[in-house]
Amino acid sequence: MTDQSQQLESITQKEYKAGFVTDIEAESLPPGLSEDVVREISRIKGEPEFMLEWRLKAYRHWLTMDTPEWAHVHYPEIDYQQISYYSAPKKKDDGPKSLDEVDPELLRTYEKLGVPLDERARLAGVAVDAVFDSVSVASTFQDKLAEEGIIFMPISQAVKEHPELIEKYLGSVVPYKDNFYAALNSAVFSDGSFVYIPKGVRCPMELSTYFRINAANTGQFERTLIVADDDSYVSYLEGCTAPMRDENQLHAAVVELVAMDRAQIKYSTVQNWYPGDENGKGGIYNFVTKRAACRGESSKVSWTQVETGSAITWKYPSVVLQGDNSIGEFYSVAVTNNMQQADTGTKMIHLGKNTSSTIISKGISAGRSQNAYRGLVRVGPNAENARNYTECDSLLMGDKCGAHTFPYIEVKNPTAKVEHEASTSKISEDQLFYCKQRGLDAEDAVSMIVNGFCKQVIRELPMEFAVEAQNLLGLSLEGSVG
Amino acid sequence: MLEIKNLHASVEGKEILRGINMTVNPGEVHAIMGPNGAGKSTLSNVLAGREGYEVTQGEVIYKGENLLDLEPEERAQRGVFLAFQYPVEIPGVSNIYLLKAALNAVRKYQGLDEVDAIDFLNLVRDRMKLVKMDEQFLHRNVNEGFSGGEKKRNEILQMAVLEPALAILDETDSGLDIDALRVVAEGVNALRAEDRSIVMITHYQRLLDHIVPDFVHVLSEGKIVKSGDKELAKELEKSGYSWVHDAPEGQTA
Repeated sequence: MTDQSQQLESITQKEYKAGFVTDIEAESLPPGLSEDVVREISRIKGEPEFMLEWRLKAYRHWLTMDTPEWAHVHYPEIDYQQISYYSAPKKKDDGPKSLDEVDPELLRTYEKLGVPLDERARLAGVAVDAVFDSVSVASTFQDKLAEEGIIFMPISQAVKEHPELIEKYLGSVVPYKDNFYAALNSAVFSDGSFVYIPKGVRCPMELSTYFRINAANTGQFERTLIVADDDSYVSYLEGCTAPMRDENQLHAAVVELVAMDRAQIKYSTVQNWYPGDENGKGGIYNFVTKRAACRGESSKVSWTQVETGSAITWKYPSVVLQGDNSIGEFYSVAVTNNMQQADTGTKMIHLGKNTSSTIISKGISAGRSQNAYRGLVRVGPNAENARNYTECDSLLMGDKCGAHTFPYIEVKNPTAKVEHEASTSKISEDQLFYCKQRGLDAEDAVSMIVNGFCKQVIRELPMEFAVEAQNLLGLSLEGSVG
Repeated sequence: MLEIKNLHASVEGKEILRGINMTVNPGEVHAIMGPNGAGKSTLSNVLAGREGYEVTQGEVIYKGENLLDLEPEERAQRGVFLAFQYPVEIPGVSNIYLLKAALNAVRKYQGLDEVDAIDFLNLVRDRMKLVKMDEQFLHRNVNEGFSGGEKKRNEILQMAVLEPALAILDETDSGLDIDALRVVAEGVNALRAEDRSIVMITHYQRLLDHIVPDFVHVLSEGKIVKSGDKELAKELEKSGYSWVHDAPEGQTA
C-alpha cells in the first residue's frame, strides 16, 4: 500500500458523529410481531377503525410474502420476532402542546444533531417535524402554515384530524401489497409526516422531517404522505441519523407523493443512518419504498437524495408519470465505504403523453463496499413522445470495492426516446497530486474532487441542505485511493 | 533558495537521477535542458514530492529546510510551485474554486485569514490579464476541455495568483504553437522578481528565446554534464544532444 493510500485510509476511519445515545425513558412494546401487536399499535395511536382494518389486511398479506432477494446485497436473515415495533419517549399525557413541554433531553438531542427545534429554527425558515424512534416529538410552524391552509403534522395526528384525506390517499401510490417491506410498514408504521398543500398555494418555507432512531432493538417504520393539490408547490427535506450500536437495526419506511394538475413536489433526502463499523458490525438496514404519482397534467416530482449512511440501502424513489406532460426527476449520490452495501436507483413509469424523465445517478464506492445502481425506465403503449435521459456515473476509491449498474428499459411505444449514458472512473493519483501541489491536504483534495463529481446532484438540493451534504461527503467519503 | 546536493533517485528500482548538484539563488532563472530520458521530469517530480520516486542519496535544502522531509502540500504551502507538463482535469470543480482553495491553503500556512471574496476576484482578474485569459475560464471545470495552450496558460495563472518563491516549469513549452508560447512566456517574464526563483525544464531551446535564463544546465543520464549561461542553449540548438554523452562532467552553477 502506498503512503498516500495509507494516509487516506486513516482519514476514512472517521468517527460517526451522530452516534451518541439519548438517555431517556421509553415505552416500548416487547419484541415480536402478531395481529395483537398490530392492534396494540393502532390502539396506542387512538386510530379510527378504517386504519386498523387496513393495517390488519396489510399484516395478513405480509405473512404470505417472501423477502425479496433480487438486490445485490447480502445479509443474514432477519428475525422479525426479535424486533420491537413501537418505542416512544415516555411523556406525561397526550403529548407536548408546545416546544416548552418537550423533554429538554430530546431538544438537546436534536440540537446536537444540528436540528434546533427552538427559536433558531424559526430564523432558518424551515418547518421541522422531528420523529424520534416511533413517534413525532415536535412539529414546528404548524400554526403559521395552517394560515395558508397547509397541513403539516405527524401522520398519527392527521389520521385523527383529517381521516378523509388519509383514507383517500394512504396506500394510493404504494399499496400495501406492493412489496414485502411496504406490507410490513403498512401493518406496523407508527409515525411520520403528513403534508397537504391546497390548490394554488406555494408553500412559503421548506418543510422538513428529521428522523432519529434511538432505542435499541427497535425498528423504525415511518410513513410519509405528501399531497400537492392543483397548481401548488412544496419543497420537502428529510434527514436521518441513529446511534452506533453493534446490532443491525431495521428501518423500513414508505413515502408516497401525489402531485395533481400542474403541482410540483421537490423531495430531498440526506440519509446518514449509522453505517456500521469498519468491519461491518452494526448499522441500519435501510429498506425503503418511495414512490410518487404525477397524477395531474404538467405535474412534476423531483427526488434528490444523498445517501451516505446505513449498512444496507435498498431504495428506488420512483415516479409514475400518469398525467400528460408530467415530469419526473431523480438525482442521486450514493456513497458506500468500509463494508456498506447499496442497491439504489429509480423507476420512471411513463403512462401519459409527452412525459419526460431525467435520471442522474452518482455512485461512489470506497473500502470494501458494494454500490449498485438499479433503474427501470418503462414507456407504456399510450405514452406518445415520452423522453428519458439517464446518466449513471461510478467513482471507485481503492481496488477492493465494487460498482454495478443494472439498467432496465422497457419501451412499448415507438415514439419514445430513451438515452442512457454510463461511466466508471477512479480518483487518480494524478488528480490528488495536482491538488496537493497546489497546497491542499489529502482530505480537502478528496473532498473537492468528490464534490465535483457529485455537483450535478448537489446543486439540486436546497441551499442549507447542500452545505450539509457537502460536509457529509467530505466526512464519510475520503477513503483509500488507488 | 534551493540547494540540491548529490541527489540520487530511482523509480521502481531503476536509478534515474545519479548525483545532481545545483544551487539556485533568489531572483535567478535556471534552465535545465536535456534529451528525452535524461531525468528532467523525474527531477521536477522529486522536488514537488510526487509519490513513486525514491530518493536514495543526497538532500535538497529549500529556505533552510530539508525539502524531502515535507509532504507535497507542505512544500506547496511554503512556496514551491510546479507548473505541470500535463495539467490534470478535475470534472465538476470550477477553476476559480481550485484557485481560491489553493490560495487559502497557502494563506493558512502563512497565518493569514481566508481571502475576502471581493479582494480575491480583483486579484484573479488582474492576474488573468498577464496570460490573456477570458473571465469565462474561471467558471469552467479545471482543465476540462481546455486546449493544450489553455492548460499551460492556466498553470501560469495559478502561479501568478499563488506567487510562489520557487517555480518549477516542467516542459511548459511542449504542445504550444508560437503565439501561445509567446503569451505564456510573457506571463512568466512578468512574474520574474528578486525574491522569486524559476527553474525551467525544457527539451527545446525556443522557450529560452522568450524567457531568457541566467543559467543553463545540461542534464544527461541523471547528471548535470554541463552548465553555462544562455549561450550554452544556443550551442545545443546547433549541435543537438548527441555530444553530451561524451562530454566530461561539467562544473555546476
